[in-house]
Amino acid sequence: MGFVTPDYGTIFWMLIIFGIVLFILKKFAWGPILKALKDRERSISDALNSAEKARKEVAGLKASNDLIIAEARKEKDIILKEARDIKDKIIAEAKVQANAEAQKGIEIARQQIIAEKDAAINDIKKQVAELSVMIAEKVIKKELENPKDQDILVKDLLKDLKLT
Amino acid sequence: MIQFIRPLLFIIFAIFVGTGSVQANEEPAKGEQSGHSDNFDAGKFVIEHVSDAYEWHIATFGETHISIPLPIILYSSNKGWNFFMSSRFHHGHETYNGFRIEHEGDNEGKIVEVNENGEFVSLPIDLSITKTVAGIFVSVIVLLFIFLSIAKSAQKRENKAPKGMQNLFEPVILFIRDEVAKPAIGEKKFEKFMPFLLTAFFFILINNLLGLVPIFPFGTNVTGNIAVTLVLALFTFFITSINANKHYWKEIYNPDVPWWLKFPIPLMPIVELSGVITKPFVLMVRLFANMLAGHMIVTVFISLIFIFNKLMGVEAGFGVSVISMAFSVFIVLLDILVSFIQAYVFTLLSALYFGMATSEHH
Repeated sequence: MGFVTPDYGTIFWMLIIFGIVLFILKKFAWGPILKALKDRERSISDALNSAEKARKEVAGLKASNDLIIAEARKEKDIILKEARDIKDKIIAEAKVQANAEAQKGIEIARQQIIAEKDAAINDIKKQVAELSVMIAEKVIKKELENPKDQDILVKDLLKDLKLT
Repeated sequence: MIQFIRPLLFIIFAIFVGTGSVQANEEPAKGEQSGHSDNFDAGKFVIEHVSDAYEWHIATFGETHISIPLPIILYSSNKGWNFFMSSRFHHGHETYNGFRIEHEGDNEGKIVEVNENGEFVSLPIDLSITKTVAGIFVSVIVLLFIFLSIAKSAQKRENKAPKGMQNLFEPVILFIRDEVAKPAIGEKKFEKFMPFLLTAFFFILINNLLGLVPIFPFGTNVTGNIAVTLVLALFTFFITSINANKHYWKEIYNPDVPWWLKFPIPLMPIVELSGVITKPFVLMVRLFANMLAGHMIVTVFISLIFIFNKLMGVEAGFGVSVISMAFSVFIVLLDILVSFIQAYVFTLLSALYFGMATSEHH
């Protein structure tokens, strides 16, 4: 059985050829190919990592944006509320002041009215007195022509005077 | 995927055409044999097809042999170095310069030195470029061409997507790296063994596949030659032994077993040591036997045609040839599968042995 006994000539050549091929491929093929594979793997994983990082950054930015917006909104609400309060306060104050002014005006007017009324009453009293005196004069002039009547009159007058 | 399928289909197509051409080549021989039909020896036919030869036989038309002569390199103590082409032997029929190819006896198929009377003198040292060696050269040229061009394109297209041939072989290289070397050897040490594993895998794979293409310059039974698989296994053996750590050797010479298994008869060391030898031996035999068997079955199916032709006439020969061809095609397709499996198994086992030799003890 010739083909189960290894032939030393073939072994010799095979050793040389395979050794050389192993050396050549190791140096010029496997080295560069495996290096290229590794480099590509690394660059792909780097790219993926940086994409992930960028995605996270964007998410972070978005979150902080939301935070800022929420804060701004809160501030706006506070400001609006303050403004409303101030407005209410101003209106209330104005009302109070206006009331006071009006009250004051009324008071003055009333005092003036009282003063005027007193003056008018006094005036009327004076005029009534004068008229009374005048009437009395005329009456007296007429009545006193009769002495009896004079007494009656004086008596009535005295009576009246007592009453007033 | 389509990148992968296209060359495969091409190979299968080549095999179909090639197997057909083998039959075409044999056709005239058959016609000749029906004349004197008792000289067809199927066993010899099969053995000759799977054995090594001093010339590269392509076809035979009647009595004309078409073959490529190969260089013969001989050293004998009487005549020193001799270099000549195998065509000088005229297909083994003639003696040249005192050398001839023996056809029978103990030295059948070998070149012997003879004297003027044609008597045996001695066996010269034979370093001829035989058909197998020439086949190795062819496949090595293919191997170098493929992987040097891939390396070139890998360097040129740095950090870019692979293209063309690089795209076809890169998944295989990645498979060897990630599925074979890394799990078997370990993350830390696998890089050192990658060149050998890749070279062995692609050398075996390309030789297996080219061996199935029966058109010159392919079709040599390289991985079905025991000398070739012996050298491959020797490489695995030496790489394992050189890189083996203390723990590996300790497990062989002084394993953790009861003392009476080691003294006075070193039973376990003997078992362990035989294991060291058996591992590469099994690698050698597995690859050799698988590939040889594939080639043999195909040639057996072909020779069935001639056997039936001889026994029952030309019509039976033609009838059987249809079935034989169908079976041959089936076997060749099976062999394509086996080619991949054997290349993978050889690489995987080598990687496992390297892993065993370098693993740290826990």
